[in-house]
Amino acid sequence: MNGAEASAQRAHFGALETHLRARRDTGAKLLVPYVTGGYQGWQRAVEAAAAAGADAIEIGVPFSDPVMDGPVIQQASTAALADGATPASVLEEARELDTGVPHAVMTYYNLCHHQGHERFASALLDAGVCAAILPDLPYVEAGPWLEAAAATGLEAILLAAPTTPEHRLADLCGASRGFVYAVGLLGVTGERTALARTATEIAARCLAVTDRPVLTGVGIGSPSQAVEACEVSDGVIIGSAVVRTLMSDGPEAVGELVASYRTALDHG
Amino acid sequence: MAAATDGPTPGHRSVMGEPTTDGRFGDFGGRFVPETLVAACEELEAAFREAWADPAFVAEFETTLRDYGGRPSPLTECRNLSSQLGVRLLVKREDLNHTGSHKINNVIGQALLAQRMGKTRLVAETGAGQHGVATATAAALLGMECKVYMGAVDVDRQALNVFRMRLLGSEVESVQSGSRTLKDAVNEALRDWVATVENTHYCLGSVMGPHPYPWMVRTFHHILGDEAAAQCKDLTGGDPDVVVACVGGGSNAAGIFSGFADGDARLVGVEPAGGAAVGRGVPGVVHGMTSYLMQDEVGQVMEAESISAGLDYPGVGPEHAYLAAIGRAEYPSVTDDEVVEAFTLMSRAEGIIPALECAHALAWIVRAAPDMQGQTVLMNLSGRGDKDVDQMMDVLGMHGIDS
Repeated sequence: MNGAEASAQRAHFGALETHLRARRDTGAKLLVPYVTGGYQGWQRAVEAAAAAGADAIEIGVPFSDPVMDGPVIQQASTAALADGATPASVLEEARELDTGVPHAVMTYYNLCHHQGHERFASALLDAGVCAAILPDLPYVEAGPWLEAAAATGLEAILLAAPTTPEHRLADLCGASRGFVYAVGLLGVTGERTALARTATEIAARCLAVTDRPVLTGVGIGSPSQAVEACEVSDGVIIGSAVVRTLMSDGPEAVGELVASYRTALDHG
Repeated sequence: MAAATDGPTPGHRSVMGEPTTDGRFGDFGGRFVPETLVAACEELEAAFREAWADPAFVAEFETTLRDYGGRPSPLTECRNLSSQLGVRLLVKREDLNHTGSHKINNVIGQALLAQRMGKTRLVAETGAGQHGVATATAAALLGMECKVYMGAVDVDRQALNVFRMRLLGSEVESVQSGSRTLKDAVNEALRDWVATVENTHYCLGSVMGPHPYPWMVRTFHHILGDEAAAQCKDLTGGDPDVVVACVGGGSNAAGIFSGFADGDARLVGVEPAGGAAVGRGVPGVVHGMTSYLMQDEVGQVMEAESISAGLDYPGVGPEHAYLAAIGRAEYPSVTDDEVVEAFTLMSRAEGIIPALECAHALAWIVRAAPDMQGQTVLMNLSGRGDKDVDQMMDVLGMHGIDS
């Protein structure tokens, strides 16, 4: 494949945000499941999630030191790495996916830093991925990455936390591309028995300073919690619940799980 | 007692001075933490600047280290090893501090600061257990809750320190994730802090992590470098020719280097061969900082392997990366075999059982001695070896009295 063909395969810059805005404009609440790339059966899980009504898919590229992840995603990452998953192998497999919805990658900054910002962004785009989330690269350190991603045509998604001060929040939301990832609680990824009070608070704070889609993630563990979060937020990211299902019941069960969230959000 | 003078003084131009406002030492350092923790790092930096500029805080820090920690620690001239090696070997006796290592300096500083900030709980990571014991000690002294994360591998090889921490009233969690050593304990402590940041201070044990930790921890350890510089001057009339310390994250090395960085002494930080972050020289980003990092060809962090749990760390403090990059300090490595020999040598020649960590420094001195004949060599003996005797009984095959 020559360079022109490779570029033609790439989604246009802003594809994720354009898609999410259009979906939001129809009145839909946005649903983005996370699947750990490289874990056994992960591609079928992604396809099942998309078929069950996901608006976009977040693909985890496993990293040795996933400091923002709780036990479930840690376990899946460790298993995928033990099976030989690498950033290149996960992206190669991601390229084969045809889901009809945009794909974002979630991984940790050292994998991007090691490869170089532009090369990392290009590798994602070549795999049909249009956005990236790097949870250990906060806004205050993200400047060079945001520039490189924009220049390459990749949407760099930033995270806003309950502890993000007001004076930084508007700039952060303004600099994020694709959507704003509102971290729902003080803590790492994982399901909780109840939705944290902070989940709706941070979503509301973000929505007050941006018209970009705001999705709440971290700590959403049931369809009813997703509905509760979406009373304020534009949508939700569900990670540990999906990965737990993949690990215990296999990829087809992921489709059923995502369908239960879709139904709840559409009729909640 | 030497005053801890190198605080955030405006215009200070030391080689080991204040980092830039974005926490950089040259190209290294920074604040690469989840967004949730950025505000906590900023709050900590502001609190540290304010406290360190307050003579009452500095006085409380120094008084506690004197009356409770046993400072100043002595400087010992090792006459037997000196004559064996052909160098004049001086040893800074951080092993004689309360809790048995230099770690007490930093934890007293951070615990007092945490208390001043209104935090009621400390979390810490530990490798060999020295920092965990020191943190548990400070928590007991100041009436704070404390939880220490320790890799499962280290829990097994440092059972005595696990007991000490529990005896002191701290909870110890055995970390089962990843390589189950120090780096994974750091991850788990960070995960705890992400969830508990409102009432908890992360008492990080080395000159690593996000800004302001590398600078703040080094500043709390300045006291040992300042003491050593004054003691060397009293004894020899000037600076030593060479200053040597072991390097895992690099806090004891940073402390002693800071007393000599603006002079002419050669600075040597000794890494374990299985954890030579600087030696392999590839920049990376983990645990909040840009620094040299042992990683594979795609950027996954590698597992360090050393006989010494305290040096089992694949990264290094960013200021050491900077000192290496500008050529001010050098970072050779030694093998486990050399370390075992040095451990025995110091015990028999001087009647001092060194921590395995410090035995790395001595191992390098033994190897390099032929090229340093007649020179004065200052080594930081950062901890005592009591914690290692159980492990070394196996390594040396010296159980009972017949072997």
